Amino acid sequence: MDILETLKTLWESSGFHSFLIDGGWKNLIMIAVSCVLLYLGIKKKFEPLLLVGIAFGCLLVNLSYFTGGDTSDALYHVNLWDNFLNHDHEDYHSYGAIMRNGGLLDILYIGVKAGIYPSLIFLGVGAMTDFGPLISNPKSLLLGAAAQMGVFLAFFGAVCLGFTGNEAASIGIIGGADGPTAIFLTTRLAPHLLGPIAIAAYSYMALIPMIQPPLMKLLTTKKEREVKMEQTRVVSKTEKIIFPIIVAMFVILLLPSTAPLVGCLMLGNLWRECGVTERLSDTVQNALMNIVTVFLGISVGATTAADRFLSLETIKIVVLGLTAFCFSTVGGLLVGKIMYAVTGGKINPLIGSAGVSAVPMAARVSQMEGQKANPSNFLLMHAMGPNVAGVIGSAIAAGFLLAVFK
Amino acid sequence: MFDNMLISAAAETADELSIGDAALTAVFGYAVVFSGLVILMIVLYCTGAIFKSKDAKAKAAAKKAAPAEPVAETKAELPLAPGSAGHVKLFDVPDKEAAMIMAIVADKMQKPLNELHFISIKEVK
Repeated sequence: MDILETLKTLWESSGFHSFLIDGGWKNLIMIAVSCVLLYLGIKKKFEPLLLVGIAFGCLLVNLSYFTGGDTSDALYHVNLWDNFLNHDHEDYHSYGAIMRNGGLLDILYIGVKAGIYPSLIFLGVGAMTDFGPLISNPKSLLLGAAAQMGVFLAFFGAVCLGFTGNEAASIGIIGGADGPTAIFLTTRLAPHLLGPIAIAAYSYMALIPMIQPPLMKLLTTKKEREVKMEQTRVVSKTEKIIFPIIVAMFVILLLPSTAPLVGCLMLGNLWRECGVTERLSDTVQNALMNIVTVFLGISVGATTAADRFLSLETIKIVVLGLTAFCFSTVGGLLVGKIMYAVTGGKINPLIGSAGVSAVPMAARVSQMEGQKANPSNFLLMHAMGPNVAGVIGSAIAAGFLLAVFK
Repeated sequence: MFDNMLISAAAETADELSIGDAALTAVFGYAVVFSGLVILMIVLYCTGAIFKSKDAKAKAAAKKAAPAEPVAETKAELPLAPGSAGHVKLFDVPDKEAAMIMAIVADKMQKPLNELHFISIKEVK
């Protein structure tokens, strides 16, 4: 046995050697990025349930996949997914090829690519959501619609910055402030941008308590923020059972491309409300949600391979994502102000900002800002209406973009 | 049907989208989201109205069936909740808001709710 030759082979097959080959330095930068994301998730508690998984997925892929090196032991293979999307390649749309040649994260990523994880997350979200505030005050839907403004403005901005229609649509949906929807749409329209879009979407959702309050103060007067809203009517059990059925029928007939998201959201909610499927409701809210979160986080993180993530496009996406969030908040607030004027001051415009999905964070921000202006103000339940309307609104926005660009 | 219409309208522009087309798509998309949710709002108002009228009918039927008792007697018969420290007088404060206020006060004081006695809650205008 030639010890020197063996040592040389070991060295050349190691990741340390790969850092020194062409482009290996990019992996070092991405490892640093993953550490920053881990810090934000663990120490700053930025959407930790997903961000920690995404950050670790990012770490794993950049420790094992080097563009210029041997990729046979990599956990995730960018080239396999390039072949999967290449019309002219023999492995085009072949999950079999992924199963045969892929690593652990390639196989987990199939769930993202096939749109399974985002839909299952929506199943859990539906089971966790009380649509009562929306049913008792259907006007909230207007605020949920208004808060999709950022989606379309960012879409337009992205086209102006040179992105294709598919890419622009995927970037715009960050403004919907809905992680699963953003992932669902991006995997269908621009899968090569999934990493930066998912990270931007979840990071900004975590930053809502910092992004929204300055805009809320800027666009509303103290008098408007002080408005105490009247209590809404009590919603009967039957109404709550009928609601998911009506919404599923109406929205899916309007935009069939929303069926996986809206269908799962409403099925989860029906399980919650119908009163005869507590076990299923409990499972999708807890066990299933946790399992899917594990797979979703780590496999989305895997898409942040250095040679794809480190580009000018990522910076543009980060900036456009922030713009989308801000304009969505502005859209909700402006329609909130209109409703304040039309109702003669009965509606507090602060609940408009909760129209961006991000349940329940955005509603909590409305509550906090309302209480700062008037300590006896309780806006939380009023803000939950636009908040859950935003979930439906962003699913419709995604459905529209999918219908246009798929 | 709606999907097909959109696809055919935008198929040519899916990859290379001009700024004009992008603006049109953005405005149209926002309009679709708005109109979709407005129609849903109308549907919810209609179902809400049906349920409200059903509730009102049921209440009216219940009132007819049982003759109303004198208010004073009803008040006197109100039982105390188990573990509660007595009744609270509410001035311009709905029951739910009062319950929320009491829960918040108990939480801030780190005391069990049944050890606190709220005499009255009044809205300060």
